Amino acid sequence: MDRRLIENFDWSIIWALLAIICIGLLSIYSALYTQIQARPTNNLFIRQILWLVLGFVVMGCSLFVNYQRLRSLSPWLYGFVLLLLMVVLAIGKEVHGSKRWLELGGFQFQPSEFMKVVIVIQLAGYFSSQEVTNFPGIKKLFLPLSLVVLPVLLVLAEPDLGTAISLMAIATTMIFFVGVRWKYIAALALTVIPLILPVWEHVLKPYQKRRVLILLSPDLDPLGAGYHIRQSKIAIGSGMLWGKGFLNGTQNKLHFLPEKHTDFIFSVWAEEWGFVGCAVLILLFCLLIFLTLRVAARSRDRFGSLVVVGMSALILWQAFINIGMVIGVLPVVGITLPFVSYGGSSLVTLCLAIGLIENVSMRRYVFQTR
Amino acid sequence: MKTTDDKLDGFKLINRDGGESVSFQRQYLLICAIMVLLMMIYMVRLWQLQVLQGELYRYQSENNRIRMEEIAAPRGIIFDRNGVPIVENRPAYHLVIIREDITDLDGTIRELARLCERNPDEFFSIIEANKSSPKFVPLRLASDLDRDCLARVEAQRIRLPGVEIELEPKREYKWNATAAHLIGYLSEITEAEIKSEKYRGYYPGEDIGKVGIESAFEKYLHGSRGGRQLEVDAAGRRVRLLEEHLPISGRNLWLTLDMELQKTAEALLEDKTGAIVAVDPTDGAVLAFACSPSFDQEKFVRGLNKDEWLALSKDPSHPLLNRGSGAAYPPGSTYKPFVALAALKEGAINAASNFTCPGYLQFGDRKYRCWKDHGHGSVNVERALIESCDVFFYQTGLKLGVDRLAQNVTAFGLGERTGIGLQGEHPGLIPTSLWKKQATGVPWQKGETISISIGQGFDLVTPLQMAMAYSAIANNGKLWQPYVVKRIEGSSANEIDEISPRLKRKISIEQPWFDLVKKGLAGVVEEPRGTGHLIRNPFVQIAGKTGTAQVVHVAQGANRKLLEKLTNSKDRDHAWFVGYAPASDARICVAAIVEHGGHGASVAAPMVQKVILAYLKNTEKPLKE
Repeated sequence: MDRRLIENFDWSIIWALLAIICIGLLSIYSALYTQIQARPTNNLFIRQILWLVLGFVVMGCSLFVNYQRLRSLSPWLYGFVLLLLMVVLAIGKEVHGSKRWLELGGFQFQPSEFMKVVIVIQLAGYFSSQEVTNFPGIKKLFLPLSLVVLPVLLVLAEPDLGTAISLMAIATTMIFFVGVRWKYIAALALTVIPLILPVWEHVLKPYQKRRVLILLSPDLDPLGAGYHIRQSKIAIGSGMLWGKGFLNGTQNKLHFLPEKHTDFIFSVWAEEWGFVGCAVLILLFCLLIFLTLRVAARSRDRFGSLVVVGMSALILWQAFINIGMVIGVLPVVGITLPFVSYGGSSLVTLCLAIGLIENVSMRRYVFQTR
Repeated sequence: MKTTDDKLDGFKLINRDGGESVSFQRQYLLICAIMVLLMMIYMVRLWQLQVLQGELYRYQSENNRIRMEEIAAPRGIIFDRNGVPIVENRPAYHLVIIREDITDLDGTIRELARLCERNPDEFFSIIEANKSSPKFVPLRLASDLDRDCLARVEAQRIRLPGVEIELEPKREYKWNATAAHLIGYLSEITEAEIKSEKYRGYYPGEDIGKVGIESAFEKYLHGSRGGRQLEVDAAGRRVRLLEEHLPISGRNLWLTLDMELQKTAEALLEDKTGAIVAVDPTDGAVLAFACSPSFDQEKFVRGLNKDEWLALSKDPSHPLLNRGSGAAYPPGSTYKPFVALAALKEGAINAASNFTCPGYLQFGDRKYRCWKDHGHGSVNVERALIESCDVFFYQTGLKLGVDRLAQNVTAFGLGERTGIGLQGEHPGLIPTSLWKKQATGVPWQKGETISISIGQGFDLVTPLQMAMAYSAIANNGKLWQPYVVKRIEGSSANEIDEISPRLKRKISIEQPWFDLVKKGLAGVVEEPRGTGHLIRNPFVQIAGKTGTAQVVHVAQGANRKLLEKLTNSKDRDHAWFVGYAPASDARICVAAIVEHGGHGASVAAPMVQKVILAYLKNTEKPLKE
């Protein structure tokens, strides 16, 4: 391998990542403490570590393939994952009323997670092609928008609102990065805003309205979403400045927290490590995003920087939406905290994202023809 | 623009294309700015939660005793047309424990069992069954405590932490078993129902309407439940209300039913099997809907055990059967006015047509008898109705033919569901030659036309259909859709929906024919030789028709097996009377049937008379001779 490839490997990203992963493992260990005591050899904590190992293997492998080759590969990848999303709807495993998982050799995975990475590559490929300039015209925006809408609809049908929102956030970030003309934003606002009221009044059924209202204001459902948010707030607030200490979280131990090892993992961390712990975690996320954006800025070509920007957006939005919902400033939509929440598909996807970012970083000075 | 030190210049895109580098640079800065802004907002929020309000949350977490309580929505009340409540709600008290708050579970349970005079094992098995549910979730040990038990538990509750009394509105049928088939009853939602689209938003354990109005108007009556979050102390007593979401009561229904009339009708049917249906012929409003035998609705509220359910559903008198609209009978002679109208309209007969009745009709090698052995002599249509001459209608039916008859009779709503909206409505049956060919594979026999012309054979109608069809005669051809609920009331004054009557169709028969048949029907009661002369009274002129449905006798001429299958009954001699009053300007129309009752004239007709008189004496119009 070219020596310069290794020279340009960005170790700071890996250090920030490892710090976040450590926080994640501590939190999961605490959240699943009773389960770990009961079954020391077979529990979700062990599984998370196995997934992590797999994630690092995937990350390592992804370094060896020049990211430029993804450009021609991306339509195939996109088509394949789209097909998987349809397969999920047809034969997927239903858990709690939604079909998200496919089972393969005893392991379950969510194709919708992989779509997050694939959509980034596909959009980056499109926006870096010769004929698309910055601030593209409406005709040039049509194709990328439909590339996003298709998987979003499939994911919504599962239903998985959280992943659909992630996909849209990633795509929106990339499109804005390439540039959107002011008149399009104005036109969109002018068509959508007057439609909101009539749709609300006439199209939505009462139960759908209620679901939206509960999403926006969990207090309307004091026994369901409202209860979860209240318990989450108690967990976070009771951490105070320094936290209750590792494994001392009562909210966590007494099972007052819902989905504590997945969506609400931040509450577990916040209860045991306090404001200081939360600040450290949030700053680590900011550092990671900043470091990855630096790779994008230094990248030597459009495709590379767009890939990196997309991957950064993936981490950025998931982290901030998750923390926002857990601390009660955003509606609860079911998005996990990257590298911290339990979840195999998500972890592997995120490791792949970091791998691709490093891939771009490594090859920024290597001369290649387009 | 080549940079010399890209470390200092992190956000400039290293690119030969200078323009692009500048335009991307703004975006990087924007993303970083958004990120820093979000970070600051979150930090402020966390500072607020963890430092400023930290003490409060720390306290709450150490005493995490937030309880969730559901508040059931009271179901809508059902009133009769005059505002008399028929169905209301009463409070029911349930015994509930919260295991987390109980220090001595065993002792508490034994004490509760002693207070409620129950077997402690019964309570222990409930606790055992719910072992896996969280300890802070309330567990119901006993439902609907009686007063004495409630008083004893309430008095001891101060020394029994974790024991609570839950209040829930329960259905109360004020006039238990009255109009039970029309009103219906509630029972707990099943697992399959909870998954269906119709019951979206329902919770396990909720009661839903299973039959009658309780079922048909479920979505109005039900309302939606609320809930509250409470903070409680170490003994589980309420300290503070954190959040409350009030339930929305179900909407009240005002029926067209007249409760006084309903009770009169049911008293008449006491110890008999049958039905009386009274409707307003001017708009189709149902005034009384009595089915006998009836059943105890309160039993369903308390919850039937398996034996009780089996006893009720296997009872040979079928108390759960809605005989007003869910069961069909051969109409017998009450069918004759429709045959007459069909024949007059089709020109098969006219007002002057005469047939001679020697007491029987010889058709092929079989004699079809008239009910009067000596015969009626020469009769026209009016006389045939008054004296209920079978032979006249045999001849009329033969001239008309089965299909022309069916076509005109179905215009009166016979053989089709009335659309009253109660589940399990029987459509009845008016046979056509095509129907018979499809149902049995055997072509129509002419002899069968003779049977159906006097409402025997395959003919099947429900009492409600008859009341509606006679109303259509009384009001000269307007067939109404019967309705029971006239108003749906909400919690506020502007939430009132009035339900307007619905005309199903205008029957296209000329007025003179209606006048002629109505004259005959009035004659049934007025004329000394009329079959219903017994119910003639000095207060109001009643018009109507008697009927005696002789199932077994007719079955000799018809397909006996098929008939038995269709009627699902081996009863014989159903007594019918359908009539309306006043004859010239009808304001009430009543259909009565008594299964196995004998003769319509002596059994069913007096019932109709009493219902009509009970209703008209209450209306403000003075009665005249």
